[in-house]
Amino acid sequence: MADALENDQPLLVATSLSKSYGRIAACRDVSFSLHPGEVLAIVGESGSGKSTLLQLLSGQLAASGGHVSYRMRDGVTRDLATLGEAERRFLFRTDWGFVHQDPAQGLRMAVSAGANVGERLMAVGWNHYGRIRETASDWLGRVEIDTARIDDAPRSYSGGMRQRLQIARNLVTEPRLVFMDEPTGGLDVSVQARLLDLLRSLVAELNLAVVIVTHDLAVARLLSHRVMVMKGGRVIETGLTDQVLDDPREPYTQLLVSSILPA
Amino acid sequence: MTAMIDITDAKKTFTMHLQGGIELPVVSGVTFHVNPGECVVLSGPSGAGKSSILKMIFGNYRCDSGRIGIRHRDTLIDLATAEPRQVLNVRRATIGYVSQFLRAVPRVATIDVVAEPLIVNGMARADAQARAGELLHRLNIPERLWQLPPATFSGGEQQRVNIARGFISDLPILLLDEPTASLDAANRAVVVALVAEKKRRGVAMVAIVHDDEIRHLIADRIVDVTSFAAAA
Repeated sequence: MADALENDQPLLVATSLSKSYGRIAACRDVSFSLHPGEVLAIVGESGSGKSTLLQLLSGQLAASGGHVSYRMRDGVTRDLATLGEAERRFLFRTDWGFVHQDPAQGLRMAVSAGANVGERLMAVGWNHYGRIRETASDWLGRVEIDTARIDDAPRSYSGGMRQRLQIARNLVTEPRLVFMDEPTGGLDVSVQARLLDLLRSLVAELNLAVVIVTHDLAVARLLSHRVMVMKGGRVIETGLTDQVLDDPREPYTQLLVSSILPA
Repeated sequence: MTAMIDITDAKKTFTMHLQGGIELPVVSGVTFHVNPGECVVLSGPSGAGKSSILKMIFGNYRCDSGRIGIRHRDTLIDLATAEPRQVLNVRRATIGYVSQFLRAVPRVATIDVVAEPLIVNGMARADAQARAGELLHRLNIPERLWQLPPATFSGGEQQRVNIARGFISDLPILLLDEPTASLDAANRAVVVALVAEKKRRGVAMVAIVHDDEIRHLIADRIVDVTSFAAAA
């Protein structure tokens, strides 16, 4: 982590990203860069444009203006809009992860947990069944799922287990960048704490760059280095996470911070 | 001698937008420096802005104007204008901060909470835990508690865990916000000894201490914050 944060080459760069639906601007003129090992939280309430931004960044939605560039594993920086569909899918299967709020969107609910994790490995060319199973089992252990459950489908898992399985499925190919959309959203508070703890240690251990969308400032504080506050599709305040949360400048950020209920 | 901390004319005002945009002046004209091996104690009544100044030196509060010069790996960095990534680098390699309260992650064991700053800087886990154990032992945290998360500990125990975590690194600058506030005499003496050891290693420190006796024992110089508050 020490070297990574001092690595001066950004991994992902967004330049003047915009998206409008007819006359409604969902995302306006967003620019930032993300370095390896850096965790950026995008906060704001529903409708602020944060999920749209995540989709633009991950190339799932075409921008109306601006562009996103990404430094590929071979060191070449590419504009995402110029990638072919096959290249983009390959990126998603290897170097990127996407953790959805609803695990059912990121998992195949009817196949076994082992297959859910193994599938990502097969997609990048692994073909030795024993090694795939061994690696899948290792990853279940790392996300604190009893490996005796490897042959069970996630349908039979609790919400917290499903979310941890989704994380294992994403991380098994050792991506460098993971997008997360409200990863602790639908979970009980105690389950949330455990998941956050797990995410925090995995992110540090694997030196992951993360863009995480959350409306929960406690999640942002625990996981992120930097925060972008969005309102009405615009970034209204950005900075070091503890700076923005302890010394918020903009009226809207002050409102967000002051709305946290003390535990 | 080259100062580790060199603050010039730093100013901080809070604008409370939810209270009709009231301007709350905190400090202005903050100017002082700290040399290696020196402990500067900030004095002044509650509300004079002592903690705010510490937070400005840590890059936790932003400055409206002025300069927070920090010597980081032999270069001078102005934290008042530094990029977030630079501030994080400075915190990892140069400035440690011992706050009054421990902000720990729910499930992490005490020994790991204390060892973490060393592990982040690349030390092997076992070595880092050994150093953490020594410090916890000196601060009278019984070994049977080391594997438990500190969330359930008493206030004094949590503060000692916090102190251990703050003192474990070999960072050249240390900021101390009331490090002895809820400690008994024996543990206060340990903190005084730890500060003296840091001075011998050339660490520059800025402290807030309300206890006159402790202040007398650790301060090389006292900076009266009242003048900065009055000017605001």
